[in-house]
Amino acid sequence: MHRFAKPSVFLKLTAPILPWLAGATAMLIAAGLYFALFASPIDYQQGDTVRIMYLHVPSAWMGLFCYVGMAICGAMSLIWKHPLADICARATAPIGATFTALCLITGSLWGEPMWGTWWVWDARLTSMLILLFLYLGYIALVNAFDDPDRGSKAGSALALVGAVNVPIVKFSVDWWNTLHQPASIVRMDGPAVDPSMQLPLALMILGFTGYYFVVLILRVRLELNERRIRALHLSGMFDDTAQDAEPYDPGHNAEASQ
Amino acid sequence: MNGFTAILRRDLQLAMRQGADSVMVVAFFIVTTTLFPFGVGPEANILARIASGVIWVSALLAAMLSLERVFQTDYEDGTLELLTLSPVSLEIVVLGKVVAHWLTTGLPLIVAAPLMAVMLNMDTDGFVVLMIAMLLGTPALSLIGAIGAALILGARRGGVLVSLLVLPLYIPILIFGAGAVEAALLGMSATAQLQIMGAILLLALAATPFATAHALRQAME
Amino acid sequence: MAVFSGSDLTCLRGERLVFGKLSFAANPGDAIMLRGRNGAGKSSLLRLMAGLLVPRSGQITWNDDPIHSDRIAHHARLQYLGHQDAIKPVLSVRDNLHLWGQLRGVDDIDREIDTALHALDIHHLSRTAGRYLSSGQKRRTALARILIGHADLWLLDEPTVGLDRESSNELAQLIADFRAKGGIVIYSTHIDLAVKEPTLLDLDEFAIPMIEWLKDHDAPADDGIRSDPKRAAQ
Repeated sequence: MHRFAKPSVFLKLTAPILPWLAGATAMLIAAGLYFALFASPIDYQQGDTVRIMYLHVPSAWMGLFCYVGMAICGAMSLIWKHPLADICARATAPIGATFTALCLITGSLWGEPMWGTWWVWDARLTSMLILLFLYLGYIALVNAFDDPDRGSKAGSALALVGAVNVPIVKFSVDWWNTLHQPASIVRMDGPAVDPSMQLPLALMILGFTGYYFVVLILRVRLELNERRIRALHLSGMFDDTAQDAEPYDPGHNAEASQ
Repeated sequence: MNGFTAILRRDLQLAMRQGADSVMVVAFFIVTTTLFPFGVGPEANILARIASGVIWVSALLAAMLSLERVFQTDYEDGTLELLTLSPVSLEIVVLGKVVAHWLTTGLPLIVAAPLMAVMLNMDTDGFVVLMIAMLLGTPALSLIGAIGAALILGARRGGVLVSLLVLPLYIPILIFGAGAVEAALLGMSATAQLQIMGAILLLALAATPFATAHALRQAME
Repeated sequence: MAVFSGSDLTCLRGERLVFGKLSFAANPGDAIMLRGRNGAGKSSLLRLMAGLLVPRSGQITWNDDPIHSDRIAHHARLQYLGHQDAIKPVLSVRDNLHLWGQLRGVDDIDREIDTALHALDIHHLSRTAGRYLSSGQKRRTALARILIGHADLWLLDEPTVGLDRESSNELAQLIADFRAKGGIVIYSTHIDLAVKEPTLLDLDEFAIPMIEWLKDHDAPADDGIRSDPKRAAQ
């Protein structure tokens, strides 16, 4: 298992997949948006605001999906010490954090006209908020070390600890909430979703998942190539141009918000 | 076991000689708690209503404040390197250090808590449950916090970072700790909450030393 | 087959290749002196030998058992002296040393501490708190630590830093005594230490130009696993 040998395989394998995946994702999201915004019925109670759901629910799904992905990467890094696992976990975090934040923001925008308030200390909202904190903690930890490798490894350990803790947090938040306001009126998912809404929802979820993989592959490729460049710099190959070597780590979470 | 007592004794000895740490934690706890009446207003009813939550939040923050130093000084002066290389499993070493941390920070907090409860007009019904809940909760705080303390070794701005990592993980203890006192104040049984806290403590005791030791080994690389 | 040996060791620190394809072997009574310019990996090699670091490739064995298969046993047989002295300022010299005796399961700790302090000529300081020690005295306290309890292997990273000429000679004497008892000493130093006939290990010889190494490892077929002729011969 080697950090430079394996990555070259990754680069080779993903190069042909990437355009297809990106194309499929674009089509899924375009179709999903068309159905969501134009071709789906409005809710008889909620009116057009129900269309927020088509962004909100997939974001919530992605927030959880990315965290599970990070935890699996953390476990793989722990068990097999695979260098790609750390890089994947590191690349996933900002995407997951963005989706979680998007979920909270859209939820808030949806909640205002529906419940008359931007925020409720409902169990679901609260656990989503804590998930966002976990992401932010991970990102802060990973970027807090001068040696990026050490940061990734510490992050993987944290992701794994968090994964053990997330169910406990979730469960205790549910418990806490029912204790204070029993039989909460606030239900995020509403009544059984109408079939005409299921199609755009499914398209959007698939599209978002595809988007995640596209961005993940891009970010991992970027990181691998950056490492190669750094390794080549260290090898002294570019000795005459060594002065304009770029400083390491131009912010791992900077481009995820795009 | 020999290694455990050796580490525990040495850390307690250090705490005795340096002194300040325990005092600081308790002082921080008392000062934080005192701030709430200023923020919320001195009305006895309101204070009694929020007392359990305020005490728990302050205790959480106070415990967290001292976390950074659990491994930091040993890391900086090379002791941790030698502990990693000693013929005692690192998990035992971690356990010794965590118990020492609890004895020097958690235990003083438990002693100080009833005092603050009195000052916040908390009903005396809740005192015993508050003490028991803290007895179960604070060791779990030290155990979970140790992971964070080990992860941040060698990081920039470690102190702020450890709070960001550890606070979300503390939420269950806060919920059940405050919930237990709340239940007792309402005249209900707090057994369920206390049992869950006991379960969390046992889980933390079983799992966190391994995670912490793993993080320490990483920091030594 | 040597008691303590390593073969085909490659070490990466961060993303820098420190050395590659390094081998060493030592038998009881041997001393190995590590040489090399700054950054050649003297400290890294000692940390690999101690088990603090894991080599990127290759293996270190003690009596043919990989040292990572039984970490505790390896730690029990080695004494490591790093760059830092690990001395708590508020504890006396004796209290500082006491912990390490306890962790090694030494029976008569006080007697061993006395012997160690006499050997390093700092017995008069045994009740002095760490914060009042000069840097040379701290270094000697750290050296006293490695005399406590039984060990088969000393890994000394720049042991002479902070020591004057006389103390260095004392250290050389300690090393000679330890070797006479069948111990293995591996050390790095910048100044001359009067150790008798050490084996020289020049780390500069194992510095691989990173570009070559990258080419070697970018080949997809090479998975970092290769056959080890020494192991095959067994």
